[in-house]
Amino acid sequence: MAQICGAEVDEEGFLVDLKDWNKEICIQMAKDDDVELTEEHWGVIDFLRDYFEEYQIAPAVRVLTKAIAKKMGKDKGNSKYLYSLFPYGPGKQGCRFAGLPKPTGCI
Amino acid sequence: MAAKEFDIPKLPTYIEIPELNPGVMDGDGPFKSVEEFQKPLGFPGEKIDNWQEVAIAKMGELKSKYRSVQVFLDSCVKCGACTDKCHYFLGSSDPKNMPVARQDLFRSVYRRHFTFAGKYFPKLVGAKELDDNMLDDWYNYFHQCSQCRRCSVFCPYGIDTAEISMAAREILDTVGVGQKYCNQILGKALTVGNNLGLPEPALRDTLLDLEEEVEEDFGAPVKYPLDQKGAEILLITPSADFFAEPHIDGLIGYGKVFYQDGVSWTMSSYASEGANFGMFIGSYDIMRKAALRIRKAALDLEVSRVMVGECGHAWRVAYSFWNTLSGVGAGAQSSDEYAMKLQKQLDDRYPQPQHIIEYTYDLIQRGKLEFDKSENDDRTVTFHDSCNVARATNMGGVEGGQFILPREVIKAVCNNYVDMERSTIKESTFCCGGGGGLLTDDLMEIRVKGAMPRMQALKEVEKNEGVNTLAAICAICKSQFSKVLPKFDFDPYMIVSVHQLVSAAIILDKPQTDAEEPAIEAEETAETE
Repeated sequence: MAQICGAEVDEEGFLVDLKDWNKEICIQMAKDDDVELTEEHWGVIDFLRDYFEEYQIAPAVRVLTKAIAKKMGKDKGNSKYLYSLFPYGPGKQGCRFAGLPKPTGCI
Repeated sequence: MAAKEFDIPKLPTYIEIPELNPGVMDGDGPFKSVEEFQKPLGFPGEKIDNWQEVAIAKMGELKSKYRSVQVFLDSCVKCGACTDKCHYFLGSSDPKNMPVARQDLFRSVYRRHFTFAGKYFPKLVGAKELDDNMLDDWYNYFHQCSQCRRCSVFCPYGIDTAEISMAAREILDTVGVGQKYCNQILGKALTVGNNLGLPEPALRDTLLDLEEEVEEDFGAPVKYPLDQKGAEILLITPSADFFAEPHIDGLIGYGKVFYQDGVSWTMSSYASEGANFGMFIGSYDIMRKAALRIRKAALDLEVSRVMVGECGHAWRVAYSFWNTLSGVGAGAQSSDEYAMKLQKQLDDRYPQPQHIIEYTYDLIQRGKLEFDKSENDDRTVTFHDSCNVARATNMGGVEGGQFILPREVIKAVCNNYVDMERSTIKESTFCCGGGGGLLTDDLMEIRVKGAMPRMQALKEVEKNEGVNTLAAICAICKSQFSKVLPKFDFDPYMIVSVHQLVSAAIILDKPQTDAEEPAIEAEETAETE
């Protein structure tokens, strides 16, 4: 199985054991995807991690955009902005960087 | 993770049979399921040692259990009518994606083991052994079929490749070769209650958030109730409606229609999923387990009506199978106590189950809803018939109702509507490319290629009629289009729910007493800011 900074990841690059997550892994994942993590990225990643800790699931896209609007300003509370941060999607790429499981379903 | 590179198909002016490229879609297929996801469903964790023996025995069982499968295997005369009808063949040019060739992967093994000629003169009748290569081909090419049934419309014998594809997947699971995407999702649906694994607290808070948002935006106290015992209607909708864009705007629309009708309704945290992936993997038992959660919720919540949201194969399972699976509608066995109980509980003055489109359409017909159609004047809309709704169900109890009702609902709320080319809609609709358990990133190549025929028809109405909005009533279609539209130079946000269009135009009664409060609140916020 593939590894990132010593932590096992599955075939889609998601952490196998969510407890393995640390900032170093997150930065490396972003680097592998050619994404440079800015303060805004970390704002989203922190929210994803907090939400997951409370609910054991990633937030709905609408919940995420509203939270980001509150945190970073109304102009940023939309999925276009989030896609500009995470080109492969805030749900999938964002969750992977944040050490969350991949959201799957009819989405 | 960089995805595999592949060429995006060009969109021609009209669809032609492509020049064949044998083996172009050869490969390992989607990610395989592992023990963690296989075991809870009762499948072996990995490919078992005596897999050939078990697979052939299973094939024998299936052909006897589902007589349609045997008829389909026996009756093909290789006339070729289906060859150019599959969107995956048209988009990929791999001859194994011709429906007849896909069926023949299964049929050749059936012939070898279950027909006289195939047993004694295999070469003469194209009978083949189920060896490792054949099994790999099954796994790869039966996961390049979205079970959309378009080919069956054109087959003079009515052979349904979807059923063969379901049988093949069931055999694959039986020998321990399952698909990760479907089986992981089924595990969540059967334990948490929905495909996403959205637990009750997250669902509850998401819905409360939504209520706040809708009241803020539209000034009416529209509710999105969860687990409300004694409500009249239980709404079963795909969990994508809670989670994804643009789906959630459709959910907002359902709520507004219920609000305006004044009916009491609820969703269930125990059965918070319409999409039943048991059908995709061909397992009647697992499909039943998922359906029984809905029965339990309906009984516990004491509802008198069960309604289905915008989800293609949810409606197929509900319309075609719920009666015998769970007792919704007629047809429960008298020995099935709870199915009988549910049948007595449900109000037979209404269709059981009923589709949300049937419900909204009926209210429109009876003049119970008012719309400001100009709210959608920035849109020129076309409708994508979702495969499972189009070719496996009905609406409204009239012939072709599943085509008529959604279009009539759209036309009641929009001034500008046009259809795509006739051979690509209604019973001949092209699949979105992501149905049947293919909506996973590891199948992106076939999803994009398979979307080509739908995208081609869309491009024509965009060019000629100025279409800028594509409406659908299926969660998979909506998600698939959001992903593939930009690959063909469309705006990914042009895909909407039909009830999003309803939501934009519907005029809501606003309570007199509350009318001033939001304004005062708004002033206060403005001051504090």
